[in-house]
Amino acid sequence: MVATAISCAVQGLSGVPVTVEVDVANGLPSFTIVGLTDRAIQEARERVRAAVRNAGFDFPPRRVTVNLAPAEVPKEGSGFDLAIAVALLRTERELPLDGVACIGELALDGGVRGVIGVLPMARRLSASGIRRLIVPAENAVEAALVEGIEVIGVESLAVAVAYLEGRLALEPVAAPPMGEVCAPGGVDLAAVRGQSLAKRALEIAAAGRHNLLMLGPPGAGKTMLARALAGLLPDLGADDALEVASLYSLRGRLSDRPATSVRPPFRAPHHSVSRAGLIGGGAGIAQPGEVSLAHRGVLFLDEICEFPRSHLEALRQPLEERRVAVARVRASVVFPAEFVLVAAANPCPCGRLGELSGPGCRCPEPMVARYRSRLSGPMRDRIDMVAEVPRLNGEALLSGSPEESTARVRERVAMAQARQLERVGTTGARANGLLDGEQLLDVCRLDARGRDALTMAGERWRLSARAYHRVLRVSRTIADLGGEERVSREAVIEAFQLRVPAL
Amino acid sequence: MTPPEPRRWLLHPGDPGWPAGLSDLGDLGDRYRVASVWVEGELPVLPGVAVVGSRAAGATGQEVARRIGADLCRRGVTVVSGFALGVDAAAHRGCLAAGGQTVAVLGCGLAVDYPRSHRALRTEVSLRGALVSEYTAWDAPRAWHFPHRNRIIAALSRAVVVVVAGEKSGALSTARWAADLGREVLAVPGSILGPFSEGSNRLLRDGARPYLDVSDLADVFPQCTAPAVSERGREAAQPGHGGGSKPEGARDHASRLLALVSAEPVPRELIGRALGLRASGLAVLLGELELEGQVRSLPGGLVVRDHPNLGMGNRVPRLQP
Repeated sequence: MVATAISCAVQGLSGVPVTVEVDVANGLPSFTIVGLTDRAIQEARERVRAAVRNAGFDFPPRRVTVNLAPAEVPKEGSGFDLAIAVALLRTERELPLDGVACIGELALDGGVRGVIGVLPMARRLSASGIRRLIVPAENAVEAALVEGIEVIGVESLAVAVAYLEGRLALEPVAAPPMGEVCAPGGVDLAAVRGQSLAKRALEIAAAGRHNLLMLGPPGAGKTMLARALAGLLPDLGADDALEVASLYSLRGRLSDRPATSVRPPFRAPHHSVSRAGLIGGGAGIAQPGEVSLAHRGVLFLDEICEFPRSHLEALRQPLEERRVAVARVRASVVFPAEFVLVAAANPCPCGRLGELSGPGCRCPEPMVARYRSRLSGPMRDRIDMVAEVPRLNGEALLSGSPEESTARVRERVAMAQARQLERVGTTGARANGLLDGEQLLDVCRLDARGRDALTMAGERWRLSARAYHRVLRVSRTIADLGGEERVSREAVIEAFQLRVPAL
Repeated sequence: MTPPEPRRWLLHPGDPGWPAGLSDLGDLGDRYRVASVWVEGELPVLPGVAVVGSRAAGATGQEVARRIGADLCRRGVTVVSGFALGVDAAAHRGCLAAGGQTVAVLGCGLAVDYPRSHRALRTEVSLRGALVSEYTAWDAPRAWHFPHRNRIIAALSRAVVVVVAGEKSGALSTARWAADLGREVLAVPGSILGPFSEGSNRLLRDGARPYLDVSDLADVFPQCTAPAVSERGREAAQPGHGGGSKPEGARDHASRLLALVSAEPVPRELIGRALGLRASGLAVLLGELELEGQVRSLPGGLVVRDHPNLGMGNRVPRLQP
């Protein structure tokens, strides 16, 4: 006797609907699961057996075979438990499952536990025609974000069965309103005193999605500034917000950032992070790394010179292609990773180079050069701007006019972004920081005085072709912030003040 | 394309071109006598003035050395130094940028590429001055060579100016040699707070003369008169060049900014406050002035007055990645 239920396997942000087939046959009692499964699924046998019994049903003392189809797709995780149990119970009783899919892990007492990746699974199942989804109560909110699918949250196997049999009426979970503004640890720009150059650099970085390096001694406020950058980025659109939430769901990190949030994420991994933690990977389901958790937001790498070189090299792909491929044993999954990189470094190993007071820096020049060379050429090529963040003394911290607030700067940023989109249309790069090659020269039209300034400054500071392009990109964004049609001399000169110096 | 092998020759006492000052070392004892020196380039007029100091000198120290190098060169005085990182290199560079000649005394053979980061400077010195060493071409730089070559630096000079020297700096050994040889010893006063200038300040306490500007060398080089106002770079702006296209307001801001910025580095944050300029306005203003060669940015968000008319901003490697 054969019965089926539908569940879902995840692969990166997408997945494959999986048909769980259960055959109960005569023979010596046994319980086998086949279909390219991992260890967690093999262990499902024990969980399902106990859960079925403890939920008040009979586990057939016969030869039970479970197949997860399609059989060639690798399947991972504990999310198939509920579907296996439901399919098993269907061999004995009437459980209508038309257009219904089940996701969830079983506890031994028959409870249903939350699993990771419910949001991307719900999106995939919705796309393949599933109209109703039974998920763990814990995961109901994230699943309800997906349009066109009814989400039923259940706490136990018994409830799920009662619902399917029609004995118990459960209301579908209402889609929570998007737009809950929540930025834990967010910093308002007005809270950072001084550092006007760095703040301006943040504004430009936000407007054109330029990668930024901040150089300054410890304690100068680099971390605060980086946090403030996330606040300068405009809210995410509905699609983007759902994509970001899916990544967090896969990583099991929706506790850090609610699925309904429309604020761009901010991630600040420590330099001891593992390569898989940074780029993605891990055992079991391929999980997005920090670069993908920062998708459409800000990735802040403090003390970038302390990161292992291999990590920084691995950042090249996401920086260039705005996505990252994680190689698995049987396949390779791709996660989006389009972030603004904000790196921070000390000016020298002791951090005191260029300070006017205090004990001063005694690092020999070669040591400083060696320290800086840890930021390799390819990484440097992807950084458009460098801003110095000096330590300020008390006088500078206390005096001065009130600082501009995040909200006001964000308005300018939003306007500049709108101008960029209007200019390139839907075909081009979404932001100036992503411009390259032909398109860059096409978009960055200078007026006559701007061209003069670029030539003069380029000769004076002996710019390489690549450095030229960086200055061009940044000056285009500065012009956008100022509402200029063509890039003016002022914009070019200002971009030069933020240039990345040759080593 | 590899550059042609530079011409080097060996000078012995009594040869034409043998710097007379080197013979003074014989008076200190036979073990200090210089038997011969290798020379690459053309020896300028000697004796000159030695400008020496710490390798880890920081932006201010290097700025001071650069300025002294330039001031000396404009009075026709040869700058002698040790071709090390930090102060030594800054002194050589300041002199070269002002169009003068300089002598670099090496602690290794002339064919040894040391310090490596000075490859470009080495070419320039050998074209417009001379590299000098008592070691044979391929002798490696050894720790004990350096205090030893300091006696040559002192001997080639009529005065030694110590710019920034910590407690154990090698520049102090140059000063000792100079004192032994009867050369004038001067030191640039430094802050008493940090460890940077401990050595040079102690020299002052021990009787060295303070170096405040180039006129302090008038005793030994009569042409070293007090610097002209425009050289000091401290006073208000001179009429700018190439600023004709600028609007009135910008010109006004520029002169106010130049009045604020002196040879001593000033944080740009304070400049912005004083002028009431937003970050973007300040960046444009500083950028224009930097392009004109009037100011220069230093690491740490500092701004310093550039040496007028030198236009050497492109020669000085910025200490940023």
